[in-house]
Amino acid sequence: MRGKRLFVATFLGPPLLLYGVFVLSPYAQAFPIAATDWRGLTPQYDFVGLANVRRLAGDGLFWNALGHNALLLLLLPPATILLGLFLASMLSVGGRRDRAGVHGVRGAALYRIVYFFPQVLSVAVIGVLWKQIYAPTSGLLNGVLRAVGLDALARPWLGDPRFSFWCVALVLLWSNAGFYVVLFGAAMQAIPRDIYEAALLDGATRATTLFRVTVPLLWDTVQVAWVYLAIVAIDAFAVVQIITDGGPGFSSDVAGLRLYKTAFADAQFGYASTMGVAMFFLTLSVAALFLRVTRRDRPET
Amino acid sequence: MTVPPRPGRVIPVLSHGFLAGWALLTTLPLLWAVLSSFKTDNEILTDPWGLPSRPRPENWARAWDDAHIGRYFLNSAIVVTGALTLTMILGAMAAYVLARYRFPGRRIVHLAFTGGMMFPVFLALVPLFFVVRDLGLLGTLPGLILVYAAYSLPFTVFFLTAFFRTLPATVAEAAMVDGCGDYRLFFRVMLPMARPGLVSVAIFTFLFQWNQYVLPIVLMQGEGAERRWVLAQGLTALAVNEGYRGDYSGLFAGMTIAMLPVLLGYVAFHRQVQSGLAAGNLH
Repeated sequence: MRGKRLFVATFLGPPLLLYGVFVLSPYAQAFPIAATDWRGLTPQYDFVGLANVRRLAGDGLFWNALGHNALLLLLLPPATILLGLFLASMLSVGGRRDRAGVHGVRGAALYRIVYFFPQVLSVAVIGVLWKQIYAPTSGLLNGVLRAVGLDALARPWLGDPRFSFWCVALVLLWSNAGFYVVLFGAAMQAIPRDIYEAALLDGATRATTLFRVTVPLLWDTVQVAWVYLAIVAIDAFAVVQIITDGGPGFSSDVAGLRLYKTAFADAQFGYASTMGVAMFFLTLSVAALFLRVTRRDRPET
Repeated sequence: MTVPPRPGRVIPVLSHGFLAGWALLTTLPLLWAVLSSFKTDNEILTDPWGLPSRPRPENWARAWDDAHIGRYFLNSAIVVTGALTLTMILGAMAAYVLARYRFPGRRIVHLAFTGGMMFPVFLALVPLFFVVRDLGLLGTLPGLILVYAAYSLPFTVFFLTAFFRTLPATVAEAAMVDGCGDYRLFFRVMLPMARPGLVSVAIFTFLFQWNQYVLPIVLMQGEGAERRWVLAQGLTALAVNEGYRGDYSGLFAGMTIAMLPVLLGYVAFHRQVQSGLAAGNLH
């Protein structure tokens, strides 16, 4: 028995030590640091209690940034999931229909490989690439518009505060959608074919089959997808920082970028931690709210 | 007599239209980057669509040497090799005891590991910076290796715990009866049996670590840290600098060098990636 204890301790000790030092302790330290006016250069700091929280409540720039995260949180998960479901069902039941039922399209395997490409690219490559695509004269987007005679639509996309945020949001959709096509596609292949055949015999159309049969059976996967995409929407830091750096002005700013600049450009580490803690609770509430809302309409299986 | 409608024909054409459209949207930007890496700056600026008048491989050489993409590539390779090895060893050890041994505090430890998947990394960014600095690891490759491994553990432990639970108990019992100790059982019996799970997790952990951006830009600061930058960081710095210098072709070459190996590796391993995705889906 002592041998077993020792075995568990030697196997669990090293991973726990590493995890404790670099993950758990930073999360725990964020809370006390958030209540200080620490500026990082000297070890001295004063506890300022809730002064940082009051400052945050009145910080227009932070709320502006958080508003962009909220917009992403509302739009990115449904848009990505709908596009993912649409393309995945095209792949698995978009082919010809005969007595044996509905078939997948030809070349589905190739589509799956290609759709996954953005997922294996680093966010740095995606950001740098799209910054070039949106570039005013040398960019691919304006190049395409001019080539098809839509010169009037060509514009400096990232230089215009009306478009900068939406340009970034589209990049997030572009880089995430393919992953969910493949994810939903894998889940759809696990659905027994005879369920589709039964629906077909009952005279169901493909659209009815998608919303009445496929989506309810995929509900667990959709829920997981929603949580992942919500995390992407609350984060969004890297893509925004590389493509627009929050600009022009603060028209595409997000909370993560505000935190990063407050800490590593302005050296206001205490206040930046307050932002981190606020977003920690925000993430937690969004997750709790989401799980509560979706649990109720889960089908009995 | 009227010809009966052929609904079986219309929908496949429509589906192919949509599917091909999205495939084009996915690949066109990547092809454009590769193509631009062979053009001159002038060709890029005046004709973003056009083909290069003749290929310019010297762009790649300039990006690799003068813009230090080669060095950043090597740094990324060192960091990810070290971090991936560490993650897989520590993750498999932790997941194995969490899945197959009963001891006080097991549920708490499991929750502590898997809870880390829920939160964006940057919530812990400020304290992490000081933890790493106080350990003297700021701007060093070993520091980055340890941090990458630590932040990869939640995913690894979550999936490997689930995987170790599915392995049959009878094999372990038979080995124990034969006098096989705990250590031998793990290294000689359980690890080889867990191979498919380990491969899937390793592929996704590799992508997570290779594609890191926030951790390196925060932790690779300080004197002389540019020499130890990883690819993600070097490439974004290049994008800013080349913008000033006007070396667009060098930038596209750097971008292509950064993305091609991973894309080719993915195409070679796409079966494992997609079956790993399907397996992860079941839990």
